[in-house]
This record gives sequence, structure tokens and C-alpha cells, in this order.
Amino acid sequence: MDGFCCSLPLWLIPALPAAGFVVLALVGARLPKRWAAVIGAGSVGLSAAVTPCAASCYLRHPPDGGVRIERLWTWIDVGTFDIGFSLALDALSLVMIFVVTFVGFLIHLYSTEYMADDPGFSRFFAYMNLFVAFMLMLVLADNLFLLYLGWEGVGLCSYLLIGFWYDDPENGRAARKAFVVTRVGDTAMAIALLLIFKHAGTLDIGQAMTWASDNWAVGSGLAVAVAFLLLGGAVGKSAQLPLQVWLPDAMAGPTPVSALIHAATMVTAGVYLIARTHAVFMLAPAAMTAVAVIGAATLLLAGCSALVQTDIKRVLAYSTISQIGYMFLGLGVGAWSAAIFHLMTHSFFKALLFLGAGAVIISLHHEQDIFKMGGLRDRLPTVFWTFLIGSASLAALPLVTAGFYSKDLILWYSWSTEYGSPWLWAAGTVGAFLTALYSFRLVFIVFFGDEKGHVERHPGLRILIPLVVLAVLSVIGGLVETPAMLGHVTLFSDLLDPVLPPAESTVPGHQTEHLLQAVVAAITLVGVFLAFLFYVRRPSIPAALRSSPLGARVCRFWLSGWGFDTLYDRILVRPFVDLARLLRLDPFDGISSTLGRVTAAGNSVLSRTQDGRIRTYVFGIGVGAVIAVTIVVFT
Amino acid sequence: MTAGIPLEHGLLVAAGLFVIGFIGVLVRRNLLFQLLSIEIMLNAAGMAFVIAGARWGEADGQVLFIFILVMAAAEVAVGLALLLRLSNRFGDLDGDSVSSMRG
Repeated sequence: MDGFCCSLPLWLIPALPAAGFVVLALVGARLPKRWAAVIGAGSVGLSAAVTPCAASCYLRHPPDGGVRIERLWTWIDVGTFDIGFSLALDALSLVMIFVVTFVGFLIHLYSTEYMADDPGFSRFFAYMNLFVAFMLMLVLADNLFLLYLGWEGVGLCSYLLIGFWYDDPENGRAARKAFVVTRVGDTAMAIALLLIFKHAGTLDIGQAMTWASDNWAVGSGLAVAVAFLLLGGAVGKSAQLPLQVWLPDAMAGPTPVSALIHAATMVTAGVYLIARTHAVFMLAPAAMTAVAVIGAATLLLAGCSALVQTDIKRVLAYSTISQIGYMFLGLGVGAWSAAIFHLMTHSFFKALLFLGAGAVIISLHHEQDIFKMGGLRDRLPTVFWTFLIGSASLAALPLVTAGFYSKDLILWYSWSTEYGSPWLWAAGTVGAFLTALYSFRLVFIVFFGDEKGHVERHPGLRILIPLVVLAVLSVIGGLVETPAMLGHVTLFSDLLDPVLPPAESTVPGHQTEHLLQAVVAAITLVGVFLAFLFYVRRPSIPAALRSSPLGARVCRFWLSGWGFDTLYDRILVRPFVDLARLLRLDPFDGISSTLGRVTAAGNSVLSRTQDGRIRTYVFGIGVGAVIAVTIVVFT
Repeated sequence: MTAGIPLEHGLLVAAGLFVIGFIGVLVRRNLLFQLLSIEIMLNAAGMAFVIAGARWGEADGQVLFIFILVMAAAEVAVGLALLLRLSNRFGDLDGDSVSSMRG
């Protein structure tokens, strides 16, 4: 078994979904749906089966330097610019491919039932497979150039999938918005890559990082510039301030797409990028602070927005922005493996929540307004219990959920590392309160109270199995890393230590840690209790808050995501559209077209003289002759 | 010829004939008359040649006049053939009706 696993090449992992895409794209429309489903979900499933195999081989026979590199072929070789199409497997990419293939497969399995009635069934799976393939290429890339290919491919697929139901122009608009906004970040990242290549002379991640650590001083201008540009790319992809505006609109796509974008692919890419290039960030303390502050600000802003949303998917979208904010907070304080840990647990419970929301949505015949749901607890018991587990994990309910362990770790390091500060911790803790409040608000409104919608169909096995598996993972997924008070398991950080430097706490002893954990746990429980009070016991309290003049204004402000859309519309979109409208009239073409118009006018004047009458011509000849003779005679 | 008509008188007559022919081409709309007027202009030119030849006692002027006569005959042959075609096509000989190549 071991020998077989090690004989499997690494390229199989991204190649299987890519092959699925090729088959579905070429002949998918002619295949029966059953076959399209088998190819679509099966290719990712096989990939998910190869992953533990590769993992067991990697763990039992650790390669030299902790990196298994497979160079498939030379991609570009010009002068010193040598880019190989090569894949690298280390502990960080191992975690990532596990998340991408495994969660990705569950989402594919779910989609076979969710999308069963859609006319674009095979097209959907083709895009989904391509999405997974590009994401795997991104996390397995050995050099930044290949990583960038995966990065852009993921962006393309998100565009295709958000605009999947292209009949509605609104969906197309949302897809364009996602594409254009992330493109802003991508440009920054491309500049960062060029800078790295210009100075380090290589785009190989390992070599470039070593070179940077050896040659750039801490806080040197170039290191800071590169770190900030990379941060720009990560901010765009991971929907953080100030480029977070695309994610709530990305809900226009089918629900499994949201699950895939939020859990397994796309938004986690930014976190991965920063973790992957952490060497540069450690040379730029200013960039580290920026990452942490962006994370803290984003998690608060998005948490507030999530509190007032009425669309079930938008609540989850803002919660994703907020949770990625936690990951950025972790990255910014140097808790690299804690951020990746939260990325993993988040992908479990966020996929679970989106799939659960999707199950609710199709049960109620595509109803997404949470105030038109209610009392679904008895109607959809499995969905209810799994959704409850997902929400508990999102809210980081102490001890029993995976989200607790990862979020707790980030919060502890945000206080205690050399980059941390009590302010960051406070922001994270307020965010934890908001998270508890909005996630249980969702649960109580949707599943408790009076039954409002009519359940039209009950989800089948292919929807329920992924929910249950993800619910189990959302509970036990956190046990690979537990705090000192609770067993002190460090499997996860041990695994990642060779790649990501361990976070070091500057606070001695465990007393502070225990105290802070207790505070966060208490605040989370208060949040859950308040949600219970507001949305089950006394619905009049939030109603009164909403109807007060100040409350209504705040509510509208948060509902619109702190007015960022309006702001960008004013200062960026409209001037650009106006400029485009002006340029459509081609003011510069006017210069050359004036020449044309003068010539044309001359033509119309002169063509009058050609009236087709012999007499006129003769007169012209006569006059001309007289003039010619006159000139000859008198000069 | 020594005591004959002075050169200026001859040339004046030729010029007068030429102008008459020219005005004829300008003011007549009938193509047949325009052709006739052109013949008058040709003869005016021929007359100028003859007068000039007589003035210097050379035969060149008369040779050129014969040349012009031949050319005029050829021109009339072509011109009359065109006139026949035009009168068949338009039913009259109005030159202004043949103006489809105006700008």
C-alpha cells in the first residue's frame, strides 16, 4: 500500500479535476446527466482519494527539506528566466490540498442533487472541476509564476460560476464585479512578482524567500513594498478591506458555488499566499501590522453587516469576510499555523453552513429571505441539527466545536506575540461576540418560531451525506490542536512547523492564557444568549431597535455593507463611466476626421462644375485658353 | 501677294470666324449646330495658317490646311455617327440631355 501510494505522481491531484473539465467541456452537453455527475463529482472524488495517499507517503517518508518537488516540464526558459511547470508538496500545501479536494468533493456530491433540474448541469460541473483544478495548481505550485496561473484561473472560474445563471443581467453584473474587483488586487500581486524577479532573479518560492531573508534588511524599502503589494493581491482575493465589496454580490451564483468559493477555494487563496510568502512579511513589520489591522477592521465591519442582513446567503457571505478577517489577524501577528488552522476549520463549517442553507433554500422553493422562513426545526431535522453544529462552530462555542479551538488560538496570539496587542485582541473578542450573535440569530429565525414557508421537497441522501460528514468534521476537526489547558495537542502546528515558523508568546506562564480564554468563552455564550433573547423570547426588542430613528439608520448603513458600494460607485465607477462615455465620441479622432471632412467638402464643391453639359466644358476650355494666352503674351 | 491684303486684316477675319464658331458652340444646344460651329473654328484656324504661309511665301501653311481638312473630315465622320446614335436613343439632338456623367 505504501509503495503504491508513493508511486502515485503528484500531478494526478490537479490533473484529475482538469481532465474532468476537459471531458465535460467537450462532450458534456451530449452526455446524460447521470454520466456528467459521475465524471464531475468522480474526478474530484478520485483526487480526494489520492490526497490521503500522498499524505501518508509524505508523512512516512519525509522528503529532504520537507518538500517533495515534481518538475513536469519546462514552461518558459529565456535567459535567466527559467520557469518550470513544477509542483511542490510540503506540509502547508498538504493541508491545503486536503481541504480543497475533500471539501470540494463533498460540495460536488451535494451539487449532483442540488443542480439536478438545471439545464446547465454538465456546464456547471465543468466549471466546478476547473475551479478545483486551478485551486490545486495554486496551492501545489512550486514557483510564483505557476501560482499566479492558478490564481488567475480561480478568478476566471469564479466569474464563470457567479454568472452561471447568465439569463439575469444582475448575475452577470455581480460576476463582472467580482472579476474586476479582484483584478485590482491581482495587478498589485503581479507587480510584486516582477519586483521579486528583478531583485532575486528567480520566482521559485523557496529560493526567492531564502534570497529575501538573506539580502533584505528588516524594514527595508523593497521588502516593505513587496509585502504590501502581495498583501494587495491577498486582500482582493480574500475579500478584505478595502476590496471586500465583491463577496456579498457573489451570492448571485448557485449555492454550491458559494460553498466552494467560501470554503475550499478562492477566498482562502489570499491567506495561503501570505502564509506562503511569510518570509517577506517578516521582513516588513509595517506590512505585518497592516495585515493584522486590516483583519481586525474587516472582522468587525463584516460582523456588524452580518447582523442586519435578511438574505440567508448574504449573512453567510459577511460571516466569511469576518472569519477571513480572523485569519488575517492571525497572519498579521505571526501566528501562521493558527491562521491556517482556522482556514481549515472554517472551510468545514462554512461549507456545512452554505450547503445547509442551500438545502433550506430548495426545500422552500428558492426562498432566501430569512423572515419568510421559520419553524423548520421539525420539518428538516437533519438539516437543522447539522446547521446548528455549523453555526455553533462558527460562533466558536467553547469546547465542543472546531471553530473554538482555531479562533481561540488566533485570539491568544493576537494578544501575546511580539506583533500582537491588546487592541487587536479586543477587536477579535468583540468580533467573537458579534459572530455568536449573528450566527444564532440566523439559526433562531430560520429554524425556530412559527412555520412560515411551506416545505415542498425534502433533501435526499446526496445532500444529507455531505452535511453529516461536514458536521462531524466541524466538531472533531479542532481536536488536532488544543490549548494547554485542554490536553495540549499540537499535531497541527507540529506538522506545519518546518514550513511556517511557530508563533512565540511573549507572555510567560499560562495564567493569562486561561483568563483570556475564559473571557472569550463567556462573551461568546453571552452572544448566544442575547440571540436567544432577541429572536426567540423577546422579538420586540430588536424590532424596537430597528424602528427607532437612529437604529433604522444604522441598520440601513450596515445592510448596505457600510456604504462601500456607494462610495466606490461615486469615486471610481461613475467617473470612469463618464470618461468612457466621453471617449466613446472619439475626441482625438476629430483631428483626422476634420481633414476628411474638408476634403469631402472640397469634392462636393468641385463636382458641381462637372455638370455634364458640353457647353460648360467648352466655356471652361475657352476661358482657360484665354488666360493661358494672356499669360504667354504679357510676360 | 505683295500689294494684297495686309496680314493683320487676314488674321482679324480668321479671329472673327473663330469667335463666331466659338460662340456658336457655346450658345447652341443642338449638337448638329455645335458640330457646324466647330467646323467654322477649324476653318478659321486653317485660314490663319494660309495667311501666315502667304505672308512668308512658304507652302507649309497650305500643307497644314490640307491636314486640317483631312482631320475635320474624320471628325465629322465620327461626330455624325455619334449624332445618329444619340438621336436614336434620346429622340432629339439636345446636347444637355446627354449629361449622365455630371458630378
